[in-house]
Amino acid sequence: MKTLDKKLWRDLWHLKGQMFAIASVMAAGVASFIMFLSTLDSLEASRSLYYSEYRFPQVFASVKRAPESLKKRLAEIPGINKVDTRVITGVTIDIEDFPQPITGYITSIPDFGEPLLNNLYLKSGRLAQAGREDEIVISDAFAQAHQLKPGDSLNTIIKGLKRKQIIVGTGGSPEWIQQLRPGSMFPDYKRHGIAWMARTPLEHAYDMKGAFNNVVMTLSADANARDVIEQIDQLLAKYGGTGAYERKDHFSHRFLEEEFKQLDNLGGIFPVIFLGVAAFLLNVVITRLVGAQREQIAGLKAFGYSNLIIGLHYFKLVMLIAMLGTATGLAIGSWLARQLSELYMTLFRLPFLEFVVLPEVMIKAALVCAVAALLGTIVALRMVTRLKPAEAMRPEPPAVYGQSMIEKLGLKRLLSAPTRMIVRHLSHRPFKSLLAVLGIAMSCAIVMSGRFQEDTIAYMVNVHYNLERREDLSMLFIEPTSRSALYELQSLPGVEYAEAFRSVSVRLHNEHRSFTTSLHGMEPDSEISRLLDGRLHPVKVPAEGMIMTGYLANKLRLKPGDNVTVEVLEENQAVLQIPLVGLVEQYLGTAAYMDMAALNRALGQGHAISGAYLYIDPQQEHAIFQRLKEIPRIVGTAARRFEIENFHKVLNESMMFWVSIATVFAIVIAVGVVYNSARIILAERSRELASLRVLGFTRGEISWILLGELALLTLAAIPLGLFLGWLLCLYIASMLQNDLYRVPLILEPSTYAFAATIVIVAAAVSALAVRLRLDNLDLIAVLKTKE
Amino acid sequence: MGTLARQANKSSPKAVFVAEAVTKTYHMGEVEVHALRGIDLELYEGEFVVMLGPSGSGKSTLLNILGGLDVPTSGRVHYRDHDLTTYDDAVLTRYRREHVGFVFQFYNLIPSLTARENVTLVTEIARQPLNPEEALKLVRLEKRMDHFPAQLSGGEQQRVAIARAIAKRPEVLLCDEPTGALDAKTGIVVLDAINRINRELGTTTAIITHNADIAQIADRVIYLMDGSIVRMEINPHKKQPAELTW
Ligand SMILES: Nc1ncnc2c1ncn2[C@@H]1O[C@H](COP(=O)(O)OP(=O)(O)O)[C@@H](O)[C@H]1O
Ligand SMILES: [Mg+2]
Repeated sequence: MKTLDKKLWRDLWHLKGQMFAIASVMAAGVASFIMFLSTLDSLEASRSLYYSEYRFPQVFASVKRAPESLKKRLAEIPGINKVDTRVITGVTIDIEDFPQPITGYITSIPDFGEPLLNNLYLKSGRLAQAGREDEIVISDAFAQAHQLKPGDSLNTIIKGLKRKQIIVGTGGSPEWIQQLRPGSMFPDYKRHGIAWMARTPLEHAYDMKGAFNNVVMTLSADANARDVIEQIDQLLAKYGGTGAYERKDHFSHRFLEEEFKQLDNLGGIFPVIFLGVAAFLLNVVITRLVGAQREQIAGLKAFGYSNLIIGLHYFKLVMLIAMLGTATGLAIGSWLARQLSELYMTLFRLPFLEFVVLPEVMIKAALVCAVAALLGTIVALRMVTRLKPAEAMRPEPPAVYGQSMIEKLGLKRLLSAPTRMIVRHLSHRPFKSLLAVLGIAMSCAIVMSGRFQEDTIAYMVNVHYNLERREDLSMLFIEPTSRSALYELQSLPGVEYAEAFRSVSVRLHNEHRSFTTSLHGMEPDSEISRLLDGRLHPVKVPAEGMIMTGYLANKLRLKPGDNVTVEVLEENQAVLQIPLVGLVEQYLGTAAYMDMAALNRALGQGHAISGAYLYIDPQQEHAIFQRLKEIPRIVGTAARRFEIENFHKVLNESMMFWVSIATVFAIVIAVGVVYNSARIILAERSRELASLRVLGFTRGEISWILLGELALLTLAAIPLGLFLGWLLCLYIASMLQNDLYRVPLILEPSTYAFAATIVIVAAAVSALAVRLRLDNLDLIAVLKTKE
Repeated sequence: MGTLARQANKSSPKAVFVAEAVTKTYHMGEVEVHALRGIDLELYEGEFVVMLGPSGSGKSTLLNILGGLDVPTSGRVHYRDHDLTTYDDAVLTRYRREHVGFVFQFYNLIPSLTARENVTLVTEIARQPLNPEEALKLVRLEKRMDHFPAQLSGGEQQRVAIARAIAKRPEVLLCDEPTGALDAKTGIVVLDAINRINRELGTTTAIITHNADIAQIADRVIYLMDGSIVRMEINPHKKQPAELTW
């Protein structure tokens, strides 16, 4: 057996190029598995530790204004464990030397000591305290973006009143892991800041003395969340409760969940592709090896080696490759997982990364890899054990070739003898040729999947910011305001055009389904903000009835013509019946829309507006920012230009990671498949090729026989690959459909071209490597030895 | 039947192999190929037998069945007290491992192993083997033990194969056209090696060939034709391989 193991190592060494290529593809599979799943595990572990250490609540509710005394009554609801009330307010932040508008939220913390729930993680400094009106803690992300540290100051504008505040600490809290400005796709830490102040000063600033507008709770172990929420809602209804909800509906939590789901899905699909390709390559190489060693195997059997031992011999060979692939994959995967986790840490504000590569994930990766290897080689291994020693004593009969389809079609005369050899060889084993094509096509598909995110997000941003929301500035009033505010805005110097909108929190019902969202009232001829149909043509908001995104209608099982029950979640507790009259296409958010006048009429609110969109003279942008900050009723201003800028920044920082990984991995596959195919062809045909050389064919001519076959395989693979890439992206897009965003399938022509180029280059390079071997073909040795 | 052989071995030697009415039929789709059509045969201890016959006459099939590489379609084959025809694959494997040495026309060496390692491959699984060096010395290859097959000539490769076959001290040595791929001079060296094993170790030896000249070194010659034994002859003037020419 020891000597047989020597053979094993030497065979392995002999096949090193091919084995290395296969192990690399396996490594890519294992690495992607480890990368996605360990990132997921690490983020989940970090989040769950954050949640428990810093006491993330289980139930959340907002009210307009409720007396603090209500806290006791909430605590009395059976099933509720802890209750903490807070004041949360929107804020405009003003930083010296940073002229752009900054929006944000300030959450109250107790006057002294830690919050009962949603405790603050302090990165530096200390908590804000009462007594000193001006103390504030800001999120470490915001601090980092502006290079602020404890001791520095900034200005907050709450209810139009500007206050200079001293930063005493920086940090975060488990309710703000995701710090997106509502309606954005990516966090913008420069222009959206989260902050905390002591309760009393914040109450004072926000006119909330002895009251709260937000309450968070934990449940006892045996509580039924639905029942508890129902009781909370009853209690809070009078105070403008907008409906209590559980963690799963918490914005930050939900966003993370979606991201985690995506990681889990990607962790499923990519390893399958890589390991599938690896299994195919192993199949080709080991089948070839067993075929070439047919007589050696027969000899071993003749000497009395059992099927088991010989089978095991080849099994070990396969497992060694799988182990090499697994080990490399584990190392690379762990490294990539760390990179990816850290990248996520910039998108999510987790205070610490509990980086884990769980043993069970590693074991699973190793097992999956081993199983793939085994599946790939089971046929060859059976060939080994089934081989009858007596039969194998006779040399392998020549393979049966026939005329190929192409030749039968009458094109024979067009093909030279070498080209005929290519075509016959390919059609001699159509299944293997097809699998090789499929393998190369997969690499093409993976390159596309890398670029897909970039393409589609760019497209979404374009649709959102160039077609739907075309304003220069948008702003939100602190509460519904009379229409005269719009005229005020319009009269500001530099404002060219202003358009109002109304936004109401509602819960939409259809039978037992319901969904909490906002109902937007739009100007009848709104020019700045527009709704689009499926073909991106503007849709006019109808004079009566509502329209909504197709996604939401589908979620509520509504179709145009149905009546929607609208439960208003503001002071006005009306329940309205409004017909759904049309559908629109939106990639971001899940809102419903109405004519503003019709909405106000239904609410009985005259001509209230919630905010406005502005076109401005870019020359006066700066001055307008300044003016807007001083208008008390304005709670937040956002400039579209900066949102787009931020998007490109995030894209460059984060998407590039996945694009490069996918490209590298795809190259590994392309090279693996082409190189192995080339080596197999070379091995199978070296006698033939050498004979041709002896007969007087030139190197170029015999290269054509070898490389022409590869070229044909590659060329056939590209259209298939582009199609598979499209399918793969379609699949990925289908996983990215949720309340927050719906990712459309957008692939730019440049992505198709890029993928095809990568495949061609990878194929050319690996073909060249084999071509070099062809040049060194030892004519005499090849003709002398049997294999 | 056995009378001819018994005359040759006056001391009434023991039969190592007894084959009775052995047939072998291959089915190739519709066509049936009768490779053996009722073979009766005995091989005796220490005997050197040459099987002669044209290509396709069933020589290899017969040898493979004797060596436990194949099973007959009907008939019985006894190796000493063992009825090989009742054995399954696992038992046949053990039989080959313990008793039979094979030499093939195309050597069937493992190209990735040196001469010595090719022999070791067999000694590792044998019960009382020669050591590989001894075996290689017997075929006069002591100087080339660490060469890989590709570095050896055809005759040398075949001698490695012989060393490999006899290293386990088999009771029978079965050689299928051991000189088939070799020129005359090299062939003689190889035959000499086999002859010496037969003489010095007393291994019952059967050689297949279609070269009638080789028959001169045998104790007994068996002629096959179209799946049947047509003639058996005792060679009254056994020559040494060195005396051969062809
Ligand atoms: N595995 C097989 N399948 C089909 N026919 C076979 C097989 N092995 C041998 N034969 C046929 O049996 C006959 C005898 O073959 P063989 O014993 O190899 O002859 P020899 O060794 O005398 O040349 C031949 O006609 C051969 O074609
Ligand atoms: Mg034969």
